[in-house]
Amino acid sequence: MLKIENLHAEIDGKEILKGLSLEVNAGEVHAIMGPNGAGKSTLGYVLGGRPGYEVTAGSVTFDGVDLLELEAHERAAAGVFLGFQYPVEIPGVSNVQFLREALNAQRATRDEKPLSGGEFLKLARGQADLLGMDYDMLKRPVNVGFSGGEKKRNEMVQMGIVNPKFAILDETDSGLDIDALRVVGDGINRIMRAPDKAVLLITHYQRLLDYVEPDFVHVLADGKIVRSGGKDLAKQLESEGYVGIAA
Amino acid sequence: MATRNAEAYAAANKTYEWGFSSDIEQEFAPKGLSEDTVRFISAKKGEPQWMLDWRLKAFALWQTMEAPDWSKLNVPPIDYQDAYYYAEPKAKPKLGSLDEVDPEILRVYEKLGIPIGEQKMLAGVVEDPLNEDGTPKRRVAVDAVFDSVSVATTFRKELEAAGVIFRSISEAIKEYPDLVRKWLGKVVPQRDNYFATLNSAVFSDGTFVYIPEGVRCPMELSTYFRINAENTGQFERTLIVADKGSYVSYLEGCTAPMRDENQLHAAVVELVVLDDAEIKYSTVQNWYPGDENGVGGIYNFVTKRALCQGKNSKVSWTQVETGSAITWKYPSCVLLGDGSVGEFYSVAVTNNRQQADTGTKMIHLGKNTRSTIVSKGISAGRSDNTYRGLVRVAPTAEGVRNFTQCDSLLLGDQCGAHTVPYIEVRNPSAQIEHEATTSKISEDQLFYAMSRGLDQEAAVALIVNGFAREVLQQLPMEFAVEAQKLLGISLEGSVG
Repeated sequence: MLKIENLHAEIDGKEILKGLSLEVNAGEVHAIMGPNGAGKSTLGYVLGGRPGYEVTAGSVTFDGVDLLELEAHERAAAGVFLGFQYPVEIPGVSNVQFLREALNAQRATRDEKPLSGGEFLKLARGQADLLGMDYDMLKRPVNVGFSGGEKKRNEMVQMGIVNPKFAILDETDSGLDIDALRVVGDGINRIMRAPDKAVLLITHYQRLLDYVEPDFVHVLADGKIVRSGGKDLAKQLESEGYVGIAA
Repeated sequence: MATRNAEAYAAANKTYEWGFSSDIEQEFAPKGLSEDTVRFISAKKGEPQWMLDWRLKAFALWQTMEAPDWSKLNVPPIDYQDAYYYAEPKAKPKLGSLDEVDPEILRVYEKLGIPIGEQKMLAGVVEDPLNEDGTPKRRVAVDAVFDSVSVATTFRKELEAAGVIFRSISEAIKEYPDLVRKWLGKVVPQRDNYFATLNSAVFSDGTFVYIPEGVRCPMELSTYFRINAENTGQFERTLIVADKGSYVSYLEGCTAPMRDENQLHAAVVELVVLDDAEIKYSTVQNWYPGDENGVGGIYNFVTKRALCQGKNSKVSWTQVETGSAITWKYPSCVLLGDGSVGEFYSVAVTNNRQQADTGTKMIHLGKNTRSTIVSKGISAGRSDNTYRGLVRVAPTAEGVRNFTQCDSLLLGDQCGAHTVPYIEVRNPSAQIEHEATTSKISEDQLFYAMSRGLDQEAAVALIVNGFAREVLQQLPMEFAVEAQKLLGISLEGSVG
């Protein structure tokens, strides 16, 4: 589904990714772990198409399409979802309005009919129910005044609504208490654990992996994947730290 | 960053979406401005002597005055002799059906987005006033000022049954001379300012509304303004009088065709509100702002003022300003009656080389008078956007309250936002609050919205509409929808 080859990327002239290669197949969950500054969030942004991140070498294909040629919104329409480490506040725009416009924009790009207000509300409420989010939060401005946990839960509701093929989840577990962690973990499994979907989990800690079991774990250090393994690698990292493993 | 700015400027070259021109024969006043021009206009309209005298007095005053230069605007010199001051569409027989309306005019209405129903109303086509489920249809009475002359006034009968007078000001001068004479120039005196004085001399047409005592106007009143003649200055004059305990909501929307020559627009709007009455005045202004270099746009030098003469009277100004090359406009409230209330809600968008110097004046003279000011300025391209506002509390005005909020949003790094609040308080019991913020549309917000599927323009429109929401929600429903679209259109390709 996703194939990254020898990816080099820089921001403001500083190289962050230095020859990263990774292949994710449908039905798989991959975890990317690594120390601060290794390039984890940069990887998420480069895959999501954030302006300012310049790819200097390498390639990324998604279902055979050159992902790097697409703008951020085209990647979304193609089925790529980026869950943010720090979800952004948009004052004055309600969650419902934001998501409905976004979803219908994606549908328009795919030549699908837009959802009516009623159809969308039904969909949104269904996802809110599944993630234990109050309907009231759907009406509130996007992420404004939300707690850290509420923001992450909102990301999962958004993911449920757009129902992507491939999700990149950047530190989705940060800021969550143990109950919220379970809800979010269940959400990821429910929405994304399917034979035709895949997930790239970017995380510092192994604890989310207790809920969302990865098929592969990769250690990212200094812009490259330095080690790959099964889920046991995450446990080993937890006990031994990155220093020994990345070296 | 530099590359992206360059792309943004290229994208901002987008031509004016509603720039179009229609071809209707004009009867012009001779080019230039003299006493003869004033007499021509007055004669053309068949005005009584007192009106001509009033105009001539204003013209004599104007000749002694100089254009103001205290604003932050850079106004090129205007040659007042190189313009026409009067033009009207060729006279048509009375409008009986849509077929009788000049198809050119209908085409213009269509482009302006006037719903077909309202187009029919213009021609007086009577439809079932109820929806299929028996509820009354939402109605808007339209007095269309096409160029300078009112083409048609609709819903006149129903308004008349309620005692509401809704006329072009030319008609009102002839039909209700006492009412017009009583109030014309009482809120904005002839000598008020250079442009108001000019307007007093040469005003072409406009609207007169009178709501009698205790009447709640049965529909929203709407006027579509449109400048349609080459080199024709537009000098609208609006006078609205709300008698005791009455209420009216008035909508004013503008758009203009593309032009190479600069066009001067100097309107005057006067509102008079008596005891316990309320006027809600909403404007969506989308006149041609000029090309990417600012060439050819409208100069919009407008004087709008309300006199809250009665006790507990109220005026609410709401404006969405996206057009014009230069905007100079301060819809104000003189809060004379005890307990009267003034409100000003404004969104002003500037792009490319547009300049806007806009705001309000709240003059507190009566006791326990209150005012609220919410101003949202959005600057893009190489434009300059200034909020200029005055809150004045007279020594006699006990218990005054004012709340002012001025927010500025910048798109790109070559535009300017300025906030110039003047606060003059001469009574120690006043409570005045002023809040101001300036922010840039953040890359985080843009990327977040885009990563959810919105393209850049849709993302900008969404964020900007969120920023302006407090103001937009003050607009009547049909205007709010139009205004939201307009904000997006005005800012297309402006992110750098």
